[in-house]
Amino acid sequence: MYRVRLWSVRHSRKMEWLYATFNPMVVKLLRGTVKVFGNKLDKPITAVEAAAKGFFFDCKMCGDCALSKTGMSCPMNCPKTIRNGPCGGVRENGHCEVKPEMRCVWVAAWDGASRMKDGDAIKNVNFAVDHRAKGTSSWLKMARDD
Amino acid sequence: MTDRAQFDEAGLNPGDPLPILPGHVSHGRFERVLRAGHFAISTEIAPPDSADPGEVLRRAALFDGHVDAINATDGSGANCHMSSLGVCALLTREGYSPIIQVSCRDRNRIAIQGDLLGAAALGVCSVLCLSGDDVSVGDHPEAKPVFDFDSVSLLQTVKTLRDESRFLSGRKLDLPPQLFMGASINPFAPPYANRVDQFAKKVAAGAEFVQSQYCFDIEMAREFMARARDLGLLEHCHVLMGVGVLASAKTAKWLKGAIPGVHIPDQIIRRLEQAEKPKAEGRAIAVELMQQLAEIKGMSGIHLMAYKQEEWVGDIVARSGVLQGRKPWAPSHLHHSKQTANA
Ligand code: SF4
Repeated sequence: MYRVRLWSVRHSRKMEWLYATFNPMVVKLLRGTVKVFGNKLDKPITAVEAAAKGFFFDCKMCGDCALSKTGMSCPMNCPKTIRNGPCGGVRENGHCEVKPEMRCVWVAAWDGASRMKDGDAIKNVNFAVDHRAKGTSSWLKMARDD
Repeated sequence: MTDRAQFDEAGLNPGDPLPILPGHVSHGRFERVLRAGHFAISTEIAPPDSADPGEVLRRAALFDGHVDAINATDGSGANCHMSSLGVCALLTREGYSPIIQVSCRDRNRIAIQGDLLGAAALGVCSVLCLSGDDVSVGDHPEAKPVFDFDSVSLLQTVKTLRDESRFLSGRKLDLPPQLFMGASINPFAPPYANRVDQFAKKVAAGAEFVQSQYCFDIEMAREFMARARDLGLLEHCHVLMGVGVLASAKTAKWLKGAIPGVHIPDQIIRRLEQAEKPKAEGRAIAVELMQQLAEIKGMSGIHLMAYKQEEWVGDIVARSGVLQGRKPWAPSHLHHSKQTANA
C-alpha cells in the first residue's frame, strides 16, 4: 500500500532496527526448516514473505532484496526499476516523472537512508537483478546461501 | 608532440582509428581533447525520421569546426527516430567523433552488449550510458519498457566488456571495445543534496565523462561542482555542463512544464518575455551561461543542446570564446589540408 510504504520510509530507522533484529532470527529459523523439510515449505514461506513485505514496502518479490541498502524504499516500485537512482527526471516537488502522483522511489530512498544507521550502504553500486529470481523468496535465498 | 599534431593525425581514410595514447582508453579525438586539458564542446544531432544517410551528414556538417563530439541520441523522449548506432556508423565513416547514446529502455543485456561491440567495430569511441525516458512520454506509449539495466549497471557492463574483455556471462572477447565511458547527471532536480552522491556512484561504476541536463542556474552548478571537487570526483571524471538554447519564453515554459527534471529560473523566462527578439536573447543567454560555466573551477567543457537551432551552434561557440581560439577537428578540415598538400 502506497501510504504504508511512505510510512515505512519515514520510519526507516525503526524498520532498519526491526530488520537487523529479526532478519537473522528468521534466516536462522528458515535454515533449520530447510534442513528438515527441504523445499516442501517454500511456497507458504514465500507467500508469508510476499504478504509481509508487500504490506510494508509494496515489495515486488524481485528475489534480490535491496531494502536495507535503499533506505527501506523498494526500488522495484520505480517505473523504470532503477536500482541505482534516481533518474534525471524527478519533478520539482520530488515526485516521479512517470507517475506524477507518486513520490519518486529514489527521493524516498535517499531520504530513508539518511535516517538509517547503515544508510551509507545506498552509496554502493548495485548490479542489475537476475530476472530468473523473480517471485522467489529472498529469505530462503539467505537461508540457503551460507 | 604538440597538441596540434595530435589532433591533426588521421589515416588515409578519415574514419580510421587513431592510435591509443598512453593513459587513454579509446582511439577517439574526444578523449584526447579532454585528457589534454582543453575546454571541450559537445553537442547533439537530431536523428532524422528518414532512412536518408545524406540527411545525417547535412545535419552533422552544421557543427564542422565548432564541436569536439556529437551525441547521437537513442530514441530520446521515447520517440522513434533513426537509431543511434546507425547515425554513429554514418558519422564515423566521415571521421566525426560521435558519442553513442545507449538507453536501457528498449534493449536487454544481450542486445546492448552486442550493440556495444558493433559500435566499437564501426569506429565509435565514446558511449553515453542512460537509463532513458519512459515509454509513456513518447509516441509509442503502448510499447513494452525493457529496463533490464539502469545507467549504472550499464556503465559496469561497458567496463566489464572493455577492461575485462568478456561478456557478463564470462565468455571471453577476442578484441574488447575501446570505449570512453560517459553518463549523464542532473544537479538541478531533487534530491538536490544527493545528486553529487549519485554522480559519485556513476564514477565508481566507471564514468570517465559526464554531460548534464540543461543548466540555467549558475549558483546550483557552482555548488554542485564544489561538492564534486571536495569528493575528488573531478580527478577521475570530466564534467561537461549542459547548456540549452531557448527560442522563446513559450518554449522555456513548455520545457519547464512538460519535461520533468528541467529547472529554468523565472528570471530567465522574464528576460525572454521582455526581449524584443526572443530568439537572439535565447542565444545571448546561452553565450553568457557558457562563459560563466567555463569559469567554474574544474569544469571540462560544455554540452550544447540547440534543438532546432543547430545552425547557430558555430555562432554561439565563437561568441562565447570558451575555446580560446582552438578549432575542433572536422572532416572538412581534413579535405582542406589534403588539398593544400596536393597543391
Ligand atoms: S522519477 Fe524516481 S521513481 Fe520515477 S522513474 Fe525516475 S527514479 Fe524512478
